[in-house]
Amino acid sequence: MTKVIKVENLSKAYQLGDFGTGTISRDLERYWARIRGKEDPFLKIGELNDRTKKGTSDIVWSLRDLDFEVERGDAVGIIGRNGAGKSTLLKILSRVTSPTAGTVKIKGRVASLLEVGTGFHPELTGRENIYLNGAILGMRKAEIKRKFDEIVDFAGVDRYIDTPVKRYSSGMYVRLAFAVAANLEAEILVVDEVLAVGDAEFQKKCLGKMGDVSKGEGKTVLFVSHNMGSVRQLCDKGILLTNGQITFTGNTEAAIKNYMNSSLDPKSGIVAIGTLTNTVKIKSVTVNGTPLDVAITPKDEINVCIKYQCLKYLPGFRISLTLFKDGVRVLTVQDLEESIAIEPGFYRSDIKLQSYFLRPGTYSVAVGGHNTNHTNFSLGNTEWFFVTEISSFEVLEEWSSVYDFNNLGIINLPNTGGKRTAIGSED
Amino acid sequence: MDKPEEEVWDIEISPRNNLLDLKLKDVWHYRDLLVLLVRRDFVAFYKQTVLGPLWFFLQPLATIVLFNFVFANIAKISTGSIPPPVFYLAGTIIWNYFSDCLTKTSTVFKDNSAMLGKVYFPRLIMPLSIVLSNLIRFSVQFILFLLLMIIYSIQGYPIHPNFYLLLFPVLIVLIAALGLGLGMMISAVTTKYRDLTFVVSFAVPLLMYTTTVIYPLSVAQAKYPKYSWLIKYNPITVVIETFRKGFLGEGSFNWALLGFAAVATIIIVIIGTIIFNRVEKNFVDTV
Repeated sequence: MTKVIKVENLSKAYQLGDFGTGTISRDLERYWARIRGKEDPFLKIGELNDRTKKGTSDIVWSLRDLDFEVERGDAVGIIGRNGAGKSTLLKILSRVTSPTAGTVKIKGRVASLLEVGTGFHPELTGRENIYLNGAILGMRKAEIKRKFDEIVDFAGVDRYIDTPVKRYSSGMYVRLAFAVAANLEAEILVVDEVLAVGDAEFQKKCLGKMGDVSKGEGKTVLFVSHNMGSVRQLCDKGILLTNGQITFTGNTEAAIKNYMNSSLDPKSGIVAIGTLTNTVKIKSVTVNGTPLDVAITPKDEINVCIKYQCLKYLPGFRISLTLFKDGVRVLTVQDLEESIAIEPGFYRSDIKLQSYFLRPGTYSVAVGGHNTNHTNFSLGNTEWFFVTEISSFEVLEEWSSVYDFNNLGIINLPNTGGKRTAIGSED
Repeated sequence: MDKPEEEVWDIEISPRNNLLDLKLKDVWHYRDLLVLLVRRDFVAFYKQTVLGPLWFFLQPLATIVLFNFVFANIAKISTGSIPPPVFYLAGTIIWNYFSDCLTKTSTVFKDNSAMLGKVYFPRLIMPLSIVLSNLIRFSVQFILFLLLMIIYSIQGYPIHPNFYLLLFPVLIVLIAALGLGLGMMISAVTTKYRDLTFVVSFAVPLLMYTTTVIYPLSVAQAKYPKYSWLIKYNPITVVIETFRKGFLGEGSFNWALLGFAAVATIIIVIIGTIIFNRVEKNFVDTV
């Protein structure tokens, strides 16, 4: 195998806060240090990028000493929490910005898809924009001409091709933009979470196309996504970034498992949002006794056990459980029928679900809670917290006629109460 | 371990690049993009307008009508034996080309941050496309100038085109390079400190009066013998005067001045490019 990307000691520092004006003196200071051959005084004090902690310096390392190699034909998923440095890494790889230290060596052409439709001009027609966008992405005119039909076909906007794109629906716009990028002749494809747009059918098509690109055409794909389903489907290797450092490299499953574990690891902190963040602390969440990736057959029950600590008296509290599948919120249930008062202490809530309502696939578990003040109820008065991606499980494809109600989609519902009546005429 | 020939890399990304490495090979590869960007600017300019490219005519026409009214009739500034409208138009189209190149280039990072922040292509393409887009505009206005010139010659005014007009291509390159070079210098600063954008927006129109757009150099020399060298050595003045000399037969011209303007322009372009090259790498983080 040949290496196509080699990253050595890659670091990137960012300055926090407002640095538009009023920093001339600081800039001069830095410049003065540099021409004397000294180290930049503001970089020395840099610290790791952890957005949850308030730092003492306003320089953070968005990436710190990254070392990895990618081989030809690999599809690498880059995962990590928000602010872990995933997008910064992609930006450096696609040469939009440069690193503060370290080098990246690349063999072949890089096509980056940090955003779909970069440089689309609303006044120009679809045809003109295909040429423009293709050229921005580094294609020659002849190359675009050769691929033109394929692009239009893939996007499915044949009828509108000579209409200005400002008249397009947003879906059509995205389709066209992705179609251009997907047909690039580059050896390395760098993709940020661009698939979050577009309808499900098109998302599937995009993933399929990217899969073809990496597996069929032997191209290399670097893919950033929060959607573990897509990462699993597309990538054969995973890189886990935590606070700007690589904490795991290896196969996708292991990387995802690590990622999920790291969200559960109390040391890395369960990151909750909301007003109750410091009042109710989630200690652990397990599905059928395991924190992660439990395989569940359709006839199993899903038992979610949430252990938590309450630090102060709340008059009307209950825990909620939310399931996401590929980024779509599937359902939310509560542990109790009614919110009731809770005293400080340790608790566990058990929530039971019937798995046959869930279609096969991977579900990510989010846990939340809210405290409702009954005497003065309004949304503004409700205190809450929410933790996403705290656990996950997989519903297996082990369907029998008993559990498969022949419904496509996210949930299964048994057929109940439908009937057919002959009504004779049209009305 | 890898064999040595496998250690050949196409792209190396490192914190600092060679300041004089213009990546011209890359620019050449992206030449289609350059053409398409110019086309985009041109097409987008007149889409959904009734008059379309005619707007390119109307702006300089309105300018010379106004100049004629204010400077020739009210202020009575002599334009020598040349009819004032042709005289003004010659200065205006060159000045406009320069100032359009300058102002657009000076905010190139800010104006295109959405695009430049998401995809890599040689950044030099962007200012080059500005220069070429404005060249189209200039060409249209130049046709207007030729028409006006012919009309006045037929009416018997003393307009004498001569061999100096062969210098025309040189003049165009000079004026474009001046706008580009100065613009690139300013662009480096405007990405971080927006203040300079405001300075540019009021200083550039004022600068016009320090060149010979509305008066001949000879008038300035007669009026301010001590300070007229400021105007005389301004490379833009040199270009405008040479242009007038070639097409209209009147204007101050000498080879030494043109040589000086050329050297000054080359220096400005080199400095501008170095600055641009430096900023280009990291502007995304600060813009």
